[in-house]
Amino acid sequence: MRKLRLLLLAPLLVSAESPRLVPDVSQRKIEIIYSFTGAELLLFGAILYPGGRAPSDSAQIAVVVKGPAEPVLIRQKRKIAGMWVNADSADFRSVPSFYALASSRPIADIVDERTAVIYELGIENLQLSPASGGNPAEDRRFEKGLIDLKRRGGYYSETDRGVEISEGVLYRARIAIPARVPVGHYTAETFLIEKGRVIAAATRDIEIDKSGMEAFVTRASQRHSFLYGLAAVILSLGLGWAASVGFRRFRE
Amino acid sequence: MDLYLPIAGLSVNILVIIGLGGLVGLLSGMFGVGGGFLTTPLMIFYGIPPAVAVASSAPQITGASVSGVLAHASRDGVDYQMGAVLVAGGAIGSLMGGFLFRVLQDAGQIDTVVNVMYVVMLGGIGIAMAREASHALAAEWRGEPPRATGKRHHPLITMLPFRWRFYRSGLYISPLAPFLLGLATGVMTVLMGVGGGFILVPAMIYILGMSARVVVGTSLFQILFVTAATTMVHALTTRKVDLVLTALLLIGSVTGAQFGARFAMKIKPEYLRLALAFIVLVVAIRMLLGLTWRPPEIFTVEAL
Repeated sequence: MRKLRLLLLAPLLVSAESPRLVPDVSQRKIEIIYSFTGAELLLFGAILYPGGRAPSDSAQIAVVVKGPAEPVLIRQKRKIAGMWVNADSADFRSVPSFYALASSRPIADIVDERTAVIYELGIENLQLSPASGGNPAEDRRFEKGLIDLKRRGGYYSETDRGVEISEGVLYRARIAIPARVPVGHYTAETFLIEKGRVIAAATRDIEIDKSGMEAFVTRASQRHSFLYGLAAVILSLGLGWAASVGFRRFRE
Repeated sequence: MDLYLPIAGLSVNILVIIGLGGLVGLLSGMFGVGGGFLTTPLMIFYGIPPAVAVASSAPQITGASVSGVLAHASRDGVDYQMGAVLVAGGAIGSLMGGFLFRVLQDAGQIDTVVNVMYVVMLGGIGIAMAREASHALAAEWRGEPPRATGKRHHPLITMLPFRWRFYRSGLYISPLAPFLLGLATGVMTVLMGVGGGFILVPAMIYILGMSARVVVGTSLFQILFVTAATTMVHALTTRKVDLVLTALLLIGSVTGAQFGARFAMKIKPEYLRLALAFIVLVVAIRMLLGLTWRPPEIFTVEAL
């Protein structure tokens, strides 16, 4: 009888007792200024076990930093008449501009395949939404090319054992943001994983934006294109003239 | 010393870019060309996105040609009438180039077309220049007097209607010929990020038959205005002109140009032309190999 009652209550107990995540990031806003050569984000936090339950040894953490998704066109070169020419192309509707995953153990070892797909854990599980509607084999080929390109460019990365868990309750991970990342709204997601499943998740937002002179130049080029072009012409004329006058003085 | 380029969206080493500008400026001062045919490929090679490289090299060429125009103008070396016709053609050419650029970009063939254009033009000009300069040098070694070059223009030019007198150039020809020449260089300036001096100067000498005294000055005059117009076209359409990149390039190239111009006075022009031919051919061969070798990246990504 008591066993049966426990069994009935089990789902409730689990949900009531499932641990919580309290995540944070070292920087909520990354400003790109003239000396920007990349940044390092520290993602850290605590796993809270309600009711003073002892932390579980088997719990694992995965953190994901994702950049704004954008539609892209990918082209493939092929040798035509002795020259390498863009031949085929495919559209993808939502390609994250940046994706970095760090986990306390290799991601394939700690989550089952279905969970990995649902939570987009791992570069291979990103849902890029091919828009061409062509055959899946072709989409797959372009997807591989795209991922390979992004990976080597430093935009996509996976770090096994990139998360440190201490005492089973505190975790931290470092994620490098390269200098070439696009600006926009980034998210830092933290997943608590146990027995192949995600049992808790939390998200923090990060803004990456140009600031100071960089922001001013970019805005000017977009909003005041004519004046911007004029400024470029005047700058070039002025510098060319200054050099020729300066050197003439120097010679005399 | 790293600096973030706001439009290109990456950080570069300041000294590398200034050095690149300086090298190109040195060549432009020595040879009287804008040097765009070197700046653009070298910037792309350094990792700057091609669109930004092409757009930002236009104002750099403007800056590098200013001192040349001033120098030639002070000794009456510019045919302003001829220059105006060339600039008019160039302005229309740069608008056409802007349109063509977008069409080719949408088709994904812009890089291939630009590369093929580079190979054909640089290869052709390089071979012609190398032959001409080595013949001149060989003749001199044998102690022959320099061959009198036929000062007459190409027979096709005389067939064009409405003749104008261009006093400083010593010509009585149809303005359509320089107009079309200007048009072609305008298209090239937008597509290839070059001033077109390496096409313009030989064409003025061998096709139009202009008097040599005004060729370089007038060509620089046309390049100055057409690259300025091209900068505006890029600023308004592609929006890929990176002011920070341009400023760095300019700092290097305007000083380099001054040293180049002084250096050029000490060397025999035939040797200069032979050296330029060599550089042009090296760039052409490098680009030809780039087209036929398997590229490092089979896939390219474009944001929509």
